[in-house]
Amino acid sequence: MASSIEYKNGTQPSDKWEMVLTRKAYGEMLVELGKTNENIVVLDADLAESTYTKFFRAEFPERFVECGIAEQDMMNTAAGLSTFGLIPFLSSYAIFLAGRAWDQARNTVDYSKMNVKIAAAHGGISVGLDGCSHQSMEDLGNMLSLVNMTVLVPADYWETRKMMEWIPTHEGPLYFRLGREKVPTVTSESTPFEPYHTLEAVGGDDGVFIATGLMLSRAVQAAEMLAEESIFSRVLHVPMLKPLNDEEILKAARESGAVVTMEEHSVYGGLGSLIARLLLGNDVHVPTRIIGIPDMYLMSGKPEELLVKAGLTAENGAARMKEALALRG
Amino acid sequence: MPTLNLSIDELQEKARAIRHDVLVAIHTAKSGHPGGPLSAADYLTALWMNYLDCDPKNPFWPERDRFILSNGHCSALLYALMSHRGFFSRGYLLTFRTVDSRLQGHPSKTSLPGVEVSSGSLGQGLSVAHGMALGARIQGTPERTVFCNCGDGELQEGNIWEAIMHAGHRKTDNLVVSADWNNAQIDGYVENVKGIAPLPEKFRDFGWRTIEADGHDMNDIVRAWDEAVGGTPARGKGCGQPTAVLFKTVMMHGCPTYENIPGWHGRPPKEDEIMQMLNELGYNYGSVDEARAAMGGFQDYDGYGAEDGK
Repeated sequence: MASSIEYKNGTQPSDKWEMVLTRKAYGEMLVELGKTNENIVVLDADLAESTYTKFFRAEFPERFVECGIAEQDMMNTAAGLSTFGLIPFLSSYAIFLAGRAWDQARNTVDYSKMNVKIAAAHGGISVGLDGCSHQSMEDLGNMLSLVNMTVLVPADYWETRKMMEWIPTHEGPLYFRLGREKVPTVTSESTPFEPYHTLEAVGGDDGVFIATGLMLSRAVQAAEMLAEESIFSRVLHVPMLKPLNDEEILKAARESGAVVTMEEHSVYGGLGSLIARLLLGNDVHVPTRIIGIPDMYLMSGKPEELLVKAGLTAENGAARMKEALALRG
Repeated sequence: MPTLNLSIDELQEKARAIRHDVLVAIHTAKSGHPGGPLSAADYLTALWMNYLDCDPKNPFWPERDRFILSNGHCSALLYALMSHRGFFSRGYLLTFRTVDSRLQGHPSKTSLPGVEVSSGSLGQGLSVAHGMALGARIQGTPERTVFCNCGDGELQEGNIWEAIMHAGHRKTDNLVVSADWNNAQIDGYVENVKGIAPLPEKFRDFGWRTIEADGHDMNDIVRAWDEAVGGTPARGKGCGQPTAVLFKTVMMHGCPTYENIPGWHGRPPKEDEIMQMLNELGYNYGSVDEARAAMGGFQDYDGYGAEDGK
């Protein structure tokens, strides 16, 4: 299948993917970083088992601050810790960090430019069976609107590990989103993570999929489907939504002539909004389709079932790309 | 660094001058919150002049004590305290709340060196202060004391009680919070809006050491601060509990005509009002301009550390 598709930068074909947790990579890397960097401290709000900060807690109990079920307190406790030269990583679920504790993230962490690393597990709707209360489809928009916040969304286990190596070297507030479920290893150990850059996962000039997080896998699958019909679309992964590398995105849109964005986030305020604003503001008038969660709350269900309900599928991606390419002419 | 070590008389006179500057700055800005600054002026003057270990010429000195104004709307008081401690000239207070001034409506860390964290969204400062106190302990320097001031109305915020529970649980004894217990907030008296009593018992039940004092009796204020810092690792082995100093105060204290009226929480005095307020404080001017002149007139920022104030 898809024999002439051009995978780039260590991207794996879908038949080679394994299913691995991103939050496990987070937990493993915290321990590795903690061994060489004594300034790293970790906070959790009664979810250490789930967010995998339990690894760090076991290794460095004196640098682990359990905050109990109090996310607002945790956000600002981390801000205080950071002023003593420490690098706090705080963990909970995205809905509680970018939702409940947003005012703390805005008025204390971001406005004061505190060096706080917000690790949000259970981002998106692929949380699954817990239902709507624990799903997060607003977090990226909430965080992208904060002036000093760097926003990262890793695609998979490997990319999460590499991001984690970089994050302590970054000074300032940072939000990164992890999922709940195992997600496909689209990238591989050799795939680079370059901060402030996008990642070209698949080469091609028949339109470009611009995807982030879990949806990179759907975008690659969509490109594989189109390749069966000799349509070779580019796939661009955006691991860093803010600051966004405007030039690389504009270049891809200009070269390929059609854009389909794919994200596991509300269509209000996420990647699609960013890209649309970027294209319009730079007079790059190419046919564009935005795939995100429409204006609806999801429900309990298997992650795959929920993604289908929201239209976050490779099939939808391929169909929208064909639409856009038809308009390109 | 040495503190100013003022006498009781000198502290009282300093607090009077700070009330003066707060009122003139707010009147000049035609905007701001006079009520809380005048109720907290006495006890925070004592803290800032005689207890807070800091270096006005080096606001980022790593070994300083920390002070967080969690009720950030009392910003005019914080700025006046900083000015009288030597961070910048009094005349700069007259730029309060004007565009591009470092003296933002509510304290901004990135604007003014010496502000430890931005505040203004109520209920957030105590968690930050506690994080700082924990940071000092993790870094092996528990002798750094973190002070945090809250309004009593602010204690209605849920985040405050998360922080109180957290610090009590961890027995964070290099953390000292002061509460401006003036029983007044925007919508009326605290006991009517949403009562916070019994306050000392609430703190004690959450594992805190509590000290009560008359927030307008300088002898009692100094006794309370002595007792508070006496239980921190800076002065001994530490008492094993965070400390709350609950200061009974009166909103707008020092200006009897205007005392204890919740409406003065956030309203700037008009010209006739400030002239009377200053008169009741013992300043007999012919005009507000004379009061501004007494502060040195409008001045540019002349503080230290601005290049690091990111």
